[in-house]
Amino acid sequence: MTGRGNSRLQTVGDGLRVAWPICLGFFPIGLAFGVLGQKAGLGPLQIGFMSLLVFAGSSQFIAVAMLASGASMLPIIATTFMVNLRHALMSSSMAVQLRGVNRWFLTIFAYGLTDESFAVNMTRFRDGNWDLWRALVVNQATNAAWIACTVAGAHVGQFIPAKAFGIDYALTGMFLCLLVFQLRGRIYLLTAAVAALISVALYVTLPGNAYVVVASVAAATLGFVLKRRNSKPPLYDARGEGTP
Amino acid sequence: MISRDYLLLIVGMALVTYIPRWLPLFVLSQRRMPRWLTDWLDLIPVAILSALIAPALFAASEPRTLELFRPELLVAIPTFVFALKTRSLGGTVLVGMALFWLAGKVL
Repeated sequence: MTGRGNSRLQTVGDGLRVAWPICLGFFPIGLAFGVLGQKAGLGPLQIGFMSLLVFAGSSQFIAVAMLASGASMLPIIATTFMVNLRHALMSSSMAVQLRGVNRWFLTIFAYGLTDESFAVNMTRFRDGNWDLWRALVVNQATNAAWIACTVAGAHVGQFIPAKAFGIDYALTGMFLCLLVFQLRGRIYLLTAAVAALISVALYVTLPGNAYVVVASVAAATLGFVLKRRNSKPPLYDARGEGTP
Repeated sequence: MISRDYLLLIVGMALVTYIPRWLPLFVLSQRRMPRWLTDWLDLIPVAILSALIAPALFAASEPRTLELFRPELLVAIPTFVFALKTRSLGGTVLVGMALFWLAGKVL
């Protein structure tokens, strides 16, 4: 693993430079979550604790909605598990980049693995000049922002107009750019198109949240099969396996 | 004050969220994965991102129905082009926000 500079300040600075768009995207979502939590009867402390322990936006929204409708503990936990299962795919994918890394480090690192930090860190690792500590700064900076925004939402969220400055599009804009980072060739474009198609089809036809996992696994598998079929040996792109 | 029940709830949520984040990383990072698996996993990021964002662009949420030509999708097109040209995450977020805000005024 090579970094550009190795002073701590530089590591933190690089991490923060990469993390700030994510933090900006968390701002409206976090505020909205704080407001909803408060309406469901949770105080800033309870909201902050959930953000600290769980750190997974969409499942937190669902949990609060279930709490408000009087659901009991086990259904909420089971739903959380289903909604967050997609992280197992990201974790597996990240393992290819982080082969041989110290297990204690990974145990800490896994806490901050979200859709956003995953996508940003994967792109950086693949481009080179990125390392474990910078990646961890991204995880923890976005974590801090999430906790702060959700607690702030519990305090002041209701005073902020919902559509101010198009900020509710921040997360969508971010995902669009993160998707662009991943479009590295025809096979990726095709996989993305198939994933979008299946995801939307499942989203409008079935209740629940399985659509992300099912669509991702199906699209990646189809992309994989096509890639194998189209490439004569050597089967793989020049990057090779296990690139750090 | 945090009640015991609430604490149990969020600890339970935390565990079922953390374990899928941790276990594959913990196990798979320590061994040599077969080539087919790394090849398949290589396509996972693009698939997940696309599956996550597509419903927000092509469907309404309550109730869940297909809905083309939503402002979300119309704004996504120039935002996407901006991201392709600049590859700037921060810039894309800001441009997307500005365009969506404008779309709200115009549409």
